[in-house]
Amino acid sequence: MKKLRRFKDTRGEGELFRRRALSGFALILLGLAALIGRYVFLQVLHHDEFALRSVNNSVKPRAIPPARGLIYDRNGVLLADNVPAFRLEVRPDQVQGMNQMLVQLGKVVPLDQDDLDAFRKQLKQSRRFDSVPLKMRLTEDDIARFAVNRWRFPGVDVVPYLTRYYPLGPLFAHVVGYVSRIDADDLVNLDQDRYKGTTHIGRIGLERSYEDMLHGTPGYELDEVNADGRIQRVLKTDPPVPGKNLYLSIDARVQKAAQDAFQGRPGAAVAIDPRNGQVLALVSVPEFDPNLFVNGISQADYKALMTDPDKPLINRALKAAYPPGSTVKPFMGLAGLEYGVRTPQDTVLSTGVFYIPGQSRGYRDDQRGGVGTVNLYRAIEDSVNTYFYKLALDLGIDRISEFMASYGFGRPSGVDLPGEVSGILPSREWKAKRSPKHPAWYPGETVIAGIGQGYWNVTTMQLAHALATFAGKGVPYAPRVVMETADVGKRPVPLPNPPTGPSVIKNLKDWLAVNQGMQLVIYGTDPFSTGAGIKLGDGFPYRIAGKSGTAERFSRTSDAYNENRNTAYLAARHRAWFEMFAPADDPRIAVAVVLEAGAWGAKDAGPIARKILDAWLATQGGAVPADNPLPESADAPDTPVAASSSAVTPEDTPQDDMPATDSSSSGDDSQ
Amino acid sequence: MIDTWRTRFYRFLRRHLTRPRIDLPLAFALMLLCGVGLVTLYSAGDSNLSLVGGQAARFVLGGALILLMSRIPPATLRNWTPWLYVGSTVLLLVVAVLGEGRGADRWLNLGIMRFQPSELMKLTMPMMVAWYLHPRQLPPGWKDIAVVGALIAIPAGLIAKQPDLGTALLVTAAGAFALFLSGMAWWRIGLLLAAAGGMVPVAWHFMHQYQRERILTMLNPESDPLGNGWHIIQSQIAVGSGGIFGKGFEQGTQSRLDFLPEHTTDFIFAVFSEEFGLIGVCAILVLYAFIIGRCLWIAMEARDTYSRLLAGAIGMSFFVYVFVNGGMVAGLLPVVGVPMPMVSYGGTSAVSLLVGFGVLMSIHANRKVHD
Repeated sequence: MKKLRRFKDTRGEGELFRRRALSGFALILLGLAALIGRYVFLQVLHHDEFALRSVNNSVKPRAIPPARGLIYDRNGVLLADNVPAFRLEVRPDQVQGMNQMLVQLGKVVPLDQDDLDAFRKQLKQSRRFDSVPLKMRLTEDDIARFAVNRWRFPGVDVVPYLTRYYPLGPLFAHVVGYVSRIDADDLVNLDQDRYKGTTHIGRIGLERSYEDMLHGTPGYELDEVNADGRIQRVLKTDPPVPGKNLYLSIDARVQKAAQDAFQGRPGAAVAIDPRNGQVLALVSVPEFDPNLFVNGISQADYKALMTDPDKPLINRALKAAYPPGSTVKPFMGLAGLEYGVRTPQDTVLSTGVFYIPGQSRGYRDDQRGGVGTVNLYRAIEDSVNTYFYKLALDLGIDRISEFMASYGFGRPSGVDLPGEVSGILPSREWKAKRSPKHPAWYPGETVIAGIGQGYWNVTTMQLAHALATFAGKGVPYAPRVVMETADVGKRPVPLPNPPTGPSVIKNLKDWLAVNQGMQLVIYGTDPFSTGAGIKLGDGFPYRIAGKSGTAERFSRTSDAYNENRNTAYLAARHRAWFEMFAPADDPRIAVAVVLEAGAWGAKDAGPIARKILDAWLATQGGAVPADNPLPESADAPDTPVAASSSAVTPEDTPQDDMPATDSSSSGDDSQ
Repeated sequence: MIDTWRTRFYRFLRRHLTRPRIDLPLAFALMLLCGVGLVTLYSAGDSNLSLVGGQAARFVLGGALILLMSRIPPATLRNWTPWLYVGSTVLLLVVAVLGEGRGADRWLNLGIMRFQPSELMKLTMPMMVAWYLHPRQLPPGWKDIAVVGALIAIPAGLIAKQPDLGTALLVTAAGAFALFLSGMAWWRIGLLLAAAGGMVPVAWHFMHQYQRERILTMLNPESDPLGNGWHIIQSQIAVGSGGIFGKGFEQGTQSRLDFLPEHTTDFIFAVFSEEFGLIGVCAILVLYAFIIGRCLWIAMEARDTYSRLLAGAIGMSFFVYVFVNGGMVAGLLPVVGVPMPMVSYGGTSAVSLLVGFGVLMSIHANRKVHD
């Protein structure tokens, strides 16, 4: 048997093979069926899931940020522009060894510490597949060097963008403001959808207050990207809507003249058209270059600005509140007329010292021995304290506060710029709120309020607004810097600015009387008149009305006055005011100027106000529509007066040493 | 004297049409498959005609080799077999010592062309097993099984060492199929498989780290989505997003946008699945099944044991290609370097596969004569 099996059974082997081949084929079909099962699982049962993942893989929506609206002055001079620039961006998920890459990249494109710090900060806050800007405003050299080395830096790209540029630099820094990079804190408050792809946001000035209009609406693009995230083609585009362009009421030439008039001395000036509230000039000296902030200011530049004792970053016109001093005297005089407490001809005897009946404490006049008998005109012309001490006492603090509030003192003027402070309008309520332990209001406080000292604090903007309200015959307008807005490619449309209320002047005769007093300040001929020898009105084709003021930082009673300090010493401690409007009978421009280091309002701040008027008139072609001459002013009482408009206050009321940035911290009687 | 070129031609035609040396159904199926492969490659290679041209040239070369091989009688092949086997094994040893290549030392630089000896072994292995079993008493006993095992293990081990797990698998499968077709008893097969199962932990121990990672990643691709899992995830997305009808020719975003790695070579079947969907997958698998079935039919018709085993083993290892590559693309099997036959771009494997089919044609030409 065993032997037999040794023979090869060819036929049997064939049959065996046949069976094996068939079972093998059956197994193979089974295997292929299993494979098909797996494909059914993927392609039928889980098709939706994988189809979605395939789309998510390859189609990425990308926001197209809108172009920011441009800002022009009233004649179309460009104040804020968008210029093309390039930046370096890094996709963190495509970089292996970030630190080493940055070191290598730094050898190709110079990266300073500020760039790196900002980048690292933002890197921590962003998702791995979001691009993070590394260096803004690349130079052509940077771009060329990077292009050659790009292959060495996967995940790093040069990206074009539009950056903000302020062609006039510092001139409009405090008006237009600036934009800067959006940071993590902003993201919390921002509408994420509207700001997708946007890198900058308005920080201060108009850039901030008109952010909504300037920003526009982003568009979207559906991009097909490859595995490296590079765009292959654009599937769909929904274009962005650019922001609106803004046209200011300010004329850049007037603005420049106003800035130049300060000659770098710290101070502020605001000019307003009384007929509509349009701001014609708004300067705060010193300024700064807003372009420094757009793409991230360097530590060194920022430190220099912050440590500058003149604090160039503070907009003095809106944020610095000082006692208004004698600039309130025309308003006081008008209050006396309107409440029927005085007629223009009523006189008061100035003896050099004023006593509240029954009190022994004296309130000084500027001139020792007084100026004799003065009526309203002479009181304004010569800035006679005693007239206003008595008037204030007769009016009482309640009527003074009520009247002054109607001219906008004690609250923001409502200008279309951010960060305005309220200043302080003294009143019983205000004092009770401020010092609950000593809420009582004393007559002495009323007396000094009458000459704009004591608790009073006003900003240049508030004073200009009050003056414009007066000059506009009592019709109040909120000051407006932006006159017109325009959609891209459309004509500018005026921004409506209706009066904020009915006229606050009851009788035009009262207005005329005060107006005439203010003209005497400019044109007064008597040797003790405020304007005597200063000639603020010379060479101007229209009548000017004005009033000076000097806000004290230290009482002269205890210091300079008694020790005969020189003018320079006083200048370091005073703020000189001047308010001015023209033409006097039909006012078109009202200006308020404050000079921080001015000894006397008329001599130091007055010429600045006049230069603003000159520049404004030049832009009008040297003439404004016909002038209705005012009736001749009444004879001023012929009494000797001090050449200074400054008041003497009996109390020691040292001011804060620096310009106040907030009314609540600028209290003038902190002791 | 009347032997004009014309009558000679007709005689030639008659001879080849009535009793052709090549099996026409198999040849047509292969041509169809090559056509599908070229179309898919055109799309997968981003409509690059030069890529397709190169591959077509290889198919033409392969076709010529089929005709050449079909002229070599199986008996001659059988006589060469031991020498071919020894020669291939020596070449593998040479590669192990001198080889060059990226990552894996598989290539032998012959000066004019680079050559992969492991590719040769895909054919010589089943030949050797068939040669060994041809004169033996079948079904084989333990002794013969052990000898065959050793014949398989030596070259497969050398190839796995390169490391080229995919080819080692194919070579092993080709030898094992010959043994299976020789009628090895089922209970012996079961016993060996059980023993192999027991060896898994040992094999794990000897695997390269990257091979282990591939297996681990296959089991859970999402654990490493940007590293080893990337291939598997993107491939499954490509397959799954194709759906029943596919995204259409040249519409596969996964490959066109480079999400799918190796999309002209190992992962080209994902492109095919993405663009032609489940319907395309089923159609091409039916075509593959037809080719395998035809191979087995040729094997059954073969004249002797050597031819039978060789033809059957070649046909069945064709299935291994399809199953391993198709399974890998669908995330069913780990990522191993096994191409999808006639579809994946790449010279050596296409040519060696077609040479195998040439051997089949020769076996077909020398089949049993039915009475």
